[in-house]
Amino acid sequence: MYTVVKVGRLADRVHELVVRAPHVARNARAGQFLILRVDQDGERIPLTISRVDRDLVRVIFMTVGATTYRLAEVREGEMIQDVIGPLGQPSEIPRGATCVVVGGGVGIASCPIIARALKDAGNRVIGIIGARNADLLILQDEMREVCDDLHITTDDGSLGRHGYAADVLKDLIEEERVDYVWVIGPAIMMKVTSEVTRSKGIRTYVSLNPIMVDGTGMCGSCRVVVNGETRFACVDGPEFDAHVVDFDRLMQRQRFYLEEERVALEHHHARRCGCQPGGHHG
Amino acid sequence: MAERSPGERILDFQEVDTGLTADEARAEAERCIQCKKPACVTGCPVGVDIPRFVSAIAEGRFEDARSTILEANLLPSICGRVCPQESQCEGACILGRKERAINIGALERFAADLEVGEAKEPVPRTRTSGRRVAVVGSGPAGLTAAAELARRGHSVVLFESLHEPGGVLVYGIPAFRLPRAVVHREIERVLSLGVELHTNMLVGRSLSVAELLAFDAVFIATGAGLPAFMGIPGEETNGVYSANEFLTRVNLMHADRFPETGTPIRRGSRVVVTGGGNVAMDAARVARRLGARVSLVYRRREEDLPARRDEVRHAREEGIEFITCAVPVRILGEPSVTGVECVRLEMCDPDESGRPTPRVLEGSYFVIDADTVIQAIGTSPNPLLVGLLHGAEVGRKGNLVTDDAGRTSIPRVYAGGDITTGSATVILAMGAGKRAAAAIDADLMRTPVP
Repeated sequence: MYTVVKVGRLADRVHELVVRAPHVARNARAGQFLILRVDQDGERIPLTISRVDRDLVRVIFMTVGATTYRLAEVREGEMIQDVIGPLGQPSEIPRGATCVVVGGGVGIASCPIIARALKDAGNRVIGIIGARNADLLILQDEMREVCDDLHITTDDGSLGRHGYAADVLKDLIEEERVDYVWVIGPAIMMKVTSEVTRSKGIRTYVSLNPIMVDGTGMCGSCRVVVNGETRFACVDGPEFDAHVVDFDRLMQRQRFYLEEERVALEHHHARRCGCQPGGHHG
Repeated sequence: MAERSPGERILDFQEVDTGLTADEARAEAERCIQCKKPACVTGCPVGVDIPRFVSAIAEGRFEDARSTILEANLLPSICGRVCPQESQCEGACILGRKERAINIGALERFAADLEVGEAKEPVPRTRTSGRRVAVVGSGPAGLTAAAELARRGHSVVLFESLHEPGGVLVYGIPAFRLPRAVVHREIERVLSLGVELHTNMLVGRSLSVAELLAFDAVFIATGAGLPAFMGIPGEETNGVYSANEFLTRVNLMHADRFPETGTPIRRGSRVVVTGGGNVAMDAARVARRLGARVSLVYRRREEDLPARRDEVRHAREEGIEFITCAVPVRILGEPSVTGVECVRLEMCDPDESGRPTPRVLEGSYFVIDADTVIQAIGTSPNPLLVGLLHGAEVGRKGNLVTDDAGRTSIPRVYAGGDITTGSATVILAMGAGKRAAAAIDADLMRTPVP
């Protein structure tokens, strides 16, 4: 059991959770993730390690299904069942280069730790963070603190530039030499945004989030198609060369359990309000 | 041994075999002729003194039978259920040549399952060697090595990457073959020897290799890793599982009780399983219990099926359709599986293993309707820790290379089980754990305490 020392709501449906997990914190590096289980019957869900502070690790998540709703109900001082990590390969951190870190929506959660690692290795770091609107934009202050330059975009223009992160990135790589780019967000955002750097041949990483079970290289659930080959995001990734990732396949596989996720969420809400599945919530 | 009827057992995950009664056990044990040179013992990878425990059962001294087994094997309730006895102890039994071999597996299980007081449990260690040994992986090899090392007075720290100990015993083998209570009880026995268990610890990540090598000795039993896929078109389609994933979702994560539990699974209505080993049988029978019609496609003949004989029989009784001498060539459907295209094979000249070589029979393509495909064609050794161990000799399949006693090419680092052999059996992994523990003990005691 692992103690949750801090919870917070960062935006509508976006929450942070800080948990004491020394075995994860000790060796965690930028780009890695952890898997947690809320309770005894819970599923294992992978979440990016968003910050490490002594023996504490932070994750940020959006409530989309039963497990994340359940996770959002955990209060400070309570315990969660399991935390395992760090998992996956750390980001490949260059030295003395110009790097752009692009985060979209809840994907911004992964950005400050990567930006910090890049900064510490002597890189010039430019951040681009975007969300649908100003209320949904998270970690602005943390990114401002670590990045040499920070650009903000919102789909509706309520904060920063009106438009998408891809638009800012497109202009940026015209204006100055960029060596490396990280793009982290929903699969469709990563697909569109990483397309921007293809013609210039800029090395671009994306962090893939397929469905996982064990997360340690045992089950094969997280297989993704990269450069025409089957790779496993949990042990070969989660970061891959964006320009050879089959994003359409990733998105198709992410939708595998949509129906089951709907059933689970109904079940969760029904249990919370005391009515039966199939009742007025069902 | 009594078995529940197929119609009853496919409705739940309760055990299929219900075991021997005391009278049945004694009657079976009395058939043993107590050979002077017992072939059964040489057929046992952990060297259980079979004639001695069988005669104890015959004489009604059940607790003696149990302690005899425990001297050589700390996981007997597990072995009695999952060992391939027909190719080991029972296969070697002299009675099998004329009539029927002694049912040693059932007798082992009978004696091991007896409820006895704690006083009869193996005593915790009395001496301490002052040496600390790390055991990586709590499957059959790791549990056995941990127990043997603790018995010899070493401090043992057992690391498990999943949230529960047991490895393949909990994520791979279904409860109807190996009830969870049995696994838990035998793991508790190992831990009661003073073994310190840490779950959720992925060695190589949660614990660095440098931290691992700070132990006086290390036994690596990280088991099978990534599942093999056939490499045919359509494998990325939704509804295609590896057996590892399908079984893990049900056995470890209890997806059969979804949405009461959090992990979902596709409850297919028409499932095709590829493969012919125990894992394929397990996957097929789990799918059956989730309510599907199940066909199993195997490329060789029925008599070549590598699975335990009883598993094949149980699968057939439960209504699994066997399609032999055929192989899938393409998975149909987009984005979800709608069928599997297969081709028939003809059996040609035997290969070096003596089994016939399958050859495609041109023009014999056929389609099986399916909404779920489970591939059970094997796994490769877990790559994570192997890749981080600089200087370790690694085999062609990514396995750690060891000598007969389990020594790797790195001093003080030993390995055993599927990480060295590729997919094999519980008992072979236990045998490897036992041999390595003896070698670790001998090597450690030759060197002064640091």
